[in-house]
Amino acid sequence: MALLKLTSPHAHTAQSTADVMKLVLLATIPGLVALTVFFGWGTIINVLITSAVALICEASVMRLRKRPVMFYLKDNSALVTAVLLGLALPPLAPWWIPVVGTFFAIVIAKHLYGGLGYNPFNPAMVGYVVLLISFPVQMTAWPAPAPLYPAEIDVPGFWQSLQIVLPFFNEAITGTVNGSIDAYTAATPLDTFKHNTGLLVEQLYKKDPLFSQGSWAGIGWEWANFAFLAGGCFLLYRRVFTWHAPVAMLVSLTLCAALFYDGGSSSSHGSPLLHLLSGGTMLGAFFIVTDPVTSATSNRGRLIYGALVGILIFIIRSWGSYPDAVAFAVLLMNFAAPLIDNYTLPRTYGHKKSRKATEKKDEGP
Amino acid sequence: MRKVWDLIGGVHPPENKHQSVQDSIGTLPLPEKLVIPLNQHIGAPPKLLVSAGDIVLKGQPLAEPKGMVSVGVHAPTSGQISEISDYPIPHPSGMSARCITLIPDGKDQWIEHKGVDNFRDKTPEELLDIIRSSGITGLGGAGFPSAVKLSARQPISTLIINATECEPYITADDMLMQERPEAIVEGIKILSYLLGEPDEILIGIEDNKPKAYEALEPYLEGTNIELVEFTTRYPSGGEKQLIQILTGKEVPNGGLPADIGIVCQNVGTTHAIQRAIVHGEPLISRVTTVTGKACATNRNYQTLIGTPISHLLEQNGFNQSQCSRLVMGGPMMGFTLENSEIPVIKTTNCILAPTEDELPTPPPAQPCIRCGMCAEACPASLLPQQLFWYAQSQNYERLEAHSLFDCIECGACSYICPSNIPLVQYYRASKGEIRKLAAEKVNADRARQRFEFQKARKEKEEAEKTAKREARKKAAEQARAKAAENATASTEDSPVATSATAKSSAADDIIKAAMARAEAKKASPEEQRAKLERGVVRAESHLETVEQRLQALGSEATDKQREQAQAAIEDARLRLEDAKSKLQAAPESKPDKAKEVMAKVQASPKEALEKKIATLKDRINVTEEKIAEAEDDALKVALQKGLEKQQEKLRDAEQQLKDAPTESTTASTKTEDAAATAIAKAQAKAAAQASMSDEEKLRASITSLQARLKKAQERLVAAEEEGSEHIDALRTGAEKLQAKLTSAETELSELS
Repeated sequence: MALLKLTSPHAHTAQSTADVMKLVLLATIPGLVALTVFFGWGTIINVLITSAVALICEASVMRLRKRPVMFYLKDNSALVTAVLLGLALPPLAPWWIPVVGTFFAIVIAKHLYGGLGYNPFNPAMVGYVVLLISFPVQMTAWPAPAPLYPAEIDVPGFWQSLQIVLPFFNEAITGTVNGSIDAYTAATPLDTFKHNTGLLVEQLYKKDPLFSQGSWAGIGWEWANFAFLAGGCFLLYRRVFTWHAPVAMLVSLTLCAALFYDGGSSSSHGSPLLHLLSGGTMLGAFFIVTDPVTSATSNRGRLIYGALVGILIFIIRSWGSYPDAVAFAVLLMNFAAPLIDNYTLPRTYGHKKSRKATEKKDEGP
Repeated sequence: MRKVWDLIGGVHPPENKHQSVQDSIGTLPLPEKLVIPLNQHIGAPPKLLVSAGDIVLKGQPLAEPKGMVSVGVHAPTSGQISEISDYPIPHPSGMSARCITLIPDGKDQWIEHKGVDNFRDKTPEELLDIIRSSGITGLGGAGFPSAVKLSARQPISTLIINATECEPYITADDMLMQERPEAIVEGIKILSYLLGEPDEILIGIEDNKPKAYEALEPYLEGTNIELVEFTTRYPSGGEKQLIQILTGKEVPNGGLPADIGIVCQNVGTTHAIQRAIVHGEPLISRVTTVTGKACATNRNYQTLIGTPISHLLEQNGFNQSQCSRLVMGGPMMGFTLENSEIPVIKTTNCILAPTEDELPTPPPAQPCIRCGMCAEACPASLLPQQLFWYAQSQNYERLEAHSLFDCIECGACSYICPSNIPLVQYYRASKGEIRKLAAEKVNADRARQRFEFQKARKEKEEAEKTAKREARKKAAEQARAKAAENATASTEDSPVATSATAKSSAADDIIKAAMARAEAKKASPEEQRAKLERGVVRAESHLETVEQRLQALGSEATDKQREQAQAAIEDARLRLEDAKSKLQAAPESKPDKAKEVMAKVQASPKEALEKKIATLKDRINVTEEKIAEAEDDALKVALQKGLEKQQEKLRDAEQQLKDAPTESTTASTKTEDAAATAIAKAQAKAAAQASMSDEEKLRASITSLQARLKKAQERLVAAEEEGSEHIDALRTGAEKLQAKLTSAETELSELS
């Protein structure tokens, strides 16, 4: 009788890493839908390109590293990185933007550090920051929300969007260079606030259609953020991550915004609601800050980590030179995560105090 | 309703308990043989009371507890002991240990036994003795002797009965509570009495055992025993976890529940204690769940300790081809068995025979994404993902800082891990490695200490020796200088003294002192002479052997060999001559002034003779001792020759003494008699020794060795009492003597 010799436990939960990743992918759907509704097909095209490139990069690296390719592709981790990057990129960006970003995310930020589980920085955010620094023009050209399009311009359909994203493809078929993204771009709410001079917040909200047609933080943007929030709540409900990091981040961001709201003066940095519901706040809070590999490990550590991310987001948004700050804030805190881990061990059963990871064993006399 | 606390962490695996609770607790036909491991508990193995071939009755002790933390084992049925040998035992490592094999005779005949009518008539100590001698250990998990746990030194305020049974599949305690609630409650009362009636008695039970709850409830009316139900969640049945759920208190790190006034006992153990006290039955069987889809019947059985698992499986329609692994215990903490011949022991609560579908072979592990689900599941609030990280990198310092040793190995983290990482296995390996390193460190420290101590001791001894040597040298120089001075003084003085008719007492004193010193000095040239004589003898014998060798070589020898032999002979001859000339030169080269002085001073030659006889006797004695101690035959022969010469001299001296004119008859006759007897004795001894056979010689040396050993041991004991620093040296000395003695004894035994 060939009996297995295994150590306990013998039972195992059915949930696998691939399932966890699938849940995350599932949770991005509301956000993807909201972005598509308000900003056109560009985001979906981004996600398709990043996903394809990510799978190719992952498979190539696995082959180079002489690992079983399918085993690793099946964990869906590359797809998650790709989708998150695709969601963060401006819709209708030229095709090479997602390609370069994904290459950096998967090959440089993930696999050069050892692959899944070993990367110190969030790969999607590395890809994003590389693009933002290298190609600021393309990376800051966001299309206007669909309801704000001038009457004479139609919202580009899927086919037209594809032509904008892939100009060479378009040229090969039609022989003309049709459609430039420039026709559709507009300032984002955070841009608007950054460049506001002399208008009280109240006046700005009345004057700028971006705000006047929206409810809280700019038309389109607020709904995209609500959608990501919904996806995040789903993941929380499914216990994919704990509440600590996202809640800490949102709370600290809210507090900072409230502190510097300045009564809605012309030099105000925007209300807490603006900060919560514009830019990449919710995407960051529930899909980036919660990345387990690069964040702090313990719940206490995650509270600190999330809170500091929130503070950094506000600082960079308000006084930095980039319009949004989630990626920078997250990368900066990725640096700090191992340090936070050292000092935030939970209190173990039977111990009076929590210990420090750097604690040396007591040398007996 | 009593407040219960939430279990920290935990998981909820599929319970799979319904399969085995359909039927009552069954009994099985007697197996062909029972294999009873001697040591089924934590602690010292018990002392064997039976031997192969013995006929035993059911309940008869087969081994009795040895030491405090130990329990015995009893015959589960009547029959004959066929064998006491090493046999595979239930252990994760699959190791073998000493087991008693019992062939049942089928009569199942009990030994005479009797319970206690009213346990309150007995003292707790008496009851604890019964529990200990009845072989009762914790039936829940580790198998710790119950009597030890129940004799807590601290005052106990809370008694907790663990009826949690949180592991999936296992229903042994559940069924026991359903069928024997009355006995269990009586057992609880006994425990309460033993612990000095604690204020609180709580039965902790998970909410997935409503039938057991209902069964127990009526028996608790009018008692202070409280049945506390809480949500089913693994591992709420861990002792520390249960205490936390029921009381909100935590067992301090490195401590015991008794430190916070709590004692925890499993229901099964409580029942076994009731059987032992009230019915006088030792622990010879237990309820074991047989379950898993590879068995047609899933049921609980009152199983005899020692029943081979194959017997249990056969009786339950076991389908071998479907079974992927055989687990003793539950699917969370149980261990796999290498074969089904392994016996049931006191801690065997479940035999799980799952199919591959039921408990599939784990897929290969994926990388850890630090998702933290393990940390959420950990009942000890550890960070399993960090522990895994550091276990992989073998960073033992970090592992200890992350409280690795607080891991109870419940398996919740491995269970929940989406990457299928066998986390607990990593922790076990790391724990083992850390323990090994710690043990090695202790050994290394001890060795270093020993080495340093030895070095210090040797240095000290060396220093002492040098100091002594120097002191002696100095004293010798001084003595020589003084002797020379005195000698000249006395030679100058003596004419004055002789010219004077009466010796002044002062002069007399000086002379005596000079004589003593001269005597002391004389000893050394005498010894030297003896040495030289021995040298001559040795050289002679060497020459002889070399010559014999040459003869032995005979005609076959090559020229070269012959040349060599001749050279050797020449060499030996030269040495002999050298030794002879030295011997001859010895007395002349040392004209002893003191001797001359003595000769002049000493009026009577008789005294000189007497003295000579005395020295000779001394020397004979010394030589005899040396002969006795000598191990080398050649040396013995040489010494023997020396002894004969000495004896000859003694005879001469004796003759001279006789011939010498007697001055004081009485004195001389006295000395003569004494000398004569001494000589006779010495001669007798020498003769005896000469005539001694090897055996007798050995016997003599054994006796002397024994005496010496005894002395050495006495000194060692004294040194130990004083805490002397020479203990080590004395000990090695004694050991050496012991070794010599044993070798001599073995030699003797070979001879005779």
